[in-house]
Amino acid sequence: MLRPYLAILSARFQLVLQYRAAALAGFATQCWWGGMKVLIFSAFYAGAGGLAPMSFAHTVSYTWLGQAFLLFLPWYVDPEVADMVRTGAVAYERLRPVDAWGWWYARALAWTAARIVPRAGLMFATAAVLMPLVGLGRWGLRLPSDGSGAAFFCVAILAAALLSASMTVILNAVAAASLTDRGANAIAAPIAIVFSGSMIPLAFFPHALTPFMRLQPFAGLMDTPFRVWNGELTGAGAVGAIALQLAWTLVLALLGRRAVEAVMGRIQVQGG
Amino acid sequence: MNGFALYLRYVGVSVRGQMQYPRSFLILNASQFFGSAIEILGIAALFGVFGHIRGWSLAQVAVFYGVVNCAYALADAPTRGFEVFGPEFVRTGAFDRLLLRPRTTALQVLGFELRLRFGRLLQAMIVFAFGASALRLAFTPAHVVLLAWALAGGVALFGGILVLQATLSFWTVDALEVANILSFGGTQAGQYPLNIYAAWFRDLLIFIVPIGCVAYFPVVALLGAPDPLGAPAWLLPLTPAVGFLFLAVALRVWGLGLAKYASTGS
Repeated sequence: MLRPYLAILSARFQLVLQYRAAALAGFATQCWWGGMKVLIFSAFYAGAGGLAPMSFAHTVSYTWLGQAFLLFLPWYVDPEVADMVRTGAVAYERLRPVDAWGWWYARALAWTAARIVPRAGLMFATAAVLMPLVGLGRWGLRLPSDGSGAAFFCVAILAAALLSASMTVILNAVAAASLTDRGANAIAAPIAIVFSGSMIPLAFFPHALTPFMRLQPFAGLMDTPFRVWNGELTGAGAVGAIALQLAWTLVLALLGRRAVEAVMGRIQVQGG
Repeated sequence: MNGFALYLRYVGVSVRGQMQYPRSFLILNASQFFGSAIEILGIAALFGVFGHIRGWSLAQVAVFYGVVNCAYALADAPTRGFEVFGPEFVRTGAFDRLLLRPRTTALQVLGFELRLRFGRLLQAMIVFAFGASALRLAFTPAHVVLLAWALAGGVALFGGILVLQATLSFWTVDALEVANILSFGGTQAGQYPLNIYAAWFRDLLIFIVPIGCVAYFPVVALLGAPDPLGAPAWLLPLTPAVGFLFLAVALRVWGLGLAKYASTGS
């Protein structure tokens, strides 16, 4: 029953993995961005570090992780789906003997994972291994202090991938309904950048907002796994945060399913 | 028809074309406004925690932010042709047609589109106005001239960076977005006063990609503060000229790339 979904998952994963130049370019850009953010944070901490809600080392690690996993943010509608919507080929999706949501979900998951793996690998090698070796360890990515932290991080980052794909499918449905990917693309990125912790760690927002920031779904894309990495969430705290990630994944998956069914049920393709 | 009149003709066509879709125009501008406005919210949140960055206040940083973002937004609108030069002209072979026409290629690529985007510009002007009013900056005619001169240098610099990015397409059309590091990444770096950065990074932003010359030194002069980097006061208002120098060099390099261009065929 799962075979077609696993097939598209692995096919798309291998296909997207071939774009090596894109991965290198993305990595170079993320190094620049990460480096700049670290320099800015370092200047802020130099003046009044005692006021910060996180230690400098944790903020630096958080920043590099944010660059490594930048593509967990639902930046765009899946470009293949956007193309299908533009050309009308989206109608073929109705002919397949598979569940449309599941099909798009598997594609989205593979697309996200295949772009993340080389970028994150390069980023880890640079920020966690190379930088300490050349004496820049203070500015680099610190590893989790114990094995259980690392294990929790692996689970949390997988949950983030599942959550991210469920968001991408909702964007796909919006694109299919509005016949263009422009609207969805314009709205999704700024919201995700602010609320995931990609712009600044969520702890730096005013205290009154903290409970909301921790509970909203975008926190599961970055803030949750990164706090697990830093050891700010351990044991029961980590389990609870991961459960919240999975709960949001389920809610957004059900929402996305309803949306895809609604859109696909009344899809019209002009002849030509 | 001289080059300038021809360019105005190009601009007219481009503007009319975009105004055929007024709703799309409004949505794209609004999304650019909000998409860029989140940056200042992030900066404000950090100031909420730390209070200052190496002695600079949020209002002062807002002035740096406003100037560099205005310059970037003004440069971004007319240079769309250079930005998409690789995929739209070189890869498709459409550049061959430009070479057949009795006008310079730079003019024709510049005429590709005048992108009507005011979201970032508006956002930057609001942030600048906030900073200037919070600091009670006095605007004498000299200040206005200095500001316009800094913006002009900034537009020239960012234009030069985009020309260099387009020139790269004569060698490769892959992964050109790396050049965004210089244009967009430079803007991001220039949002803060340069003396907050480590020395090597600061030097990069002054001598290699001279964002500092258009967005740091003139703004320090505008704020009336002595330069913490120790540049003499008479030098500060002169530095935007470096932006024009950069543009001139970039156009020279463009010429070199052009001489090397071989069509992909069609």
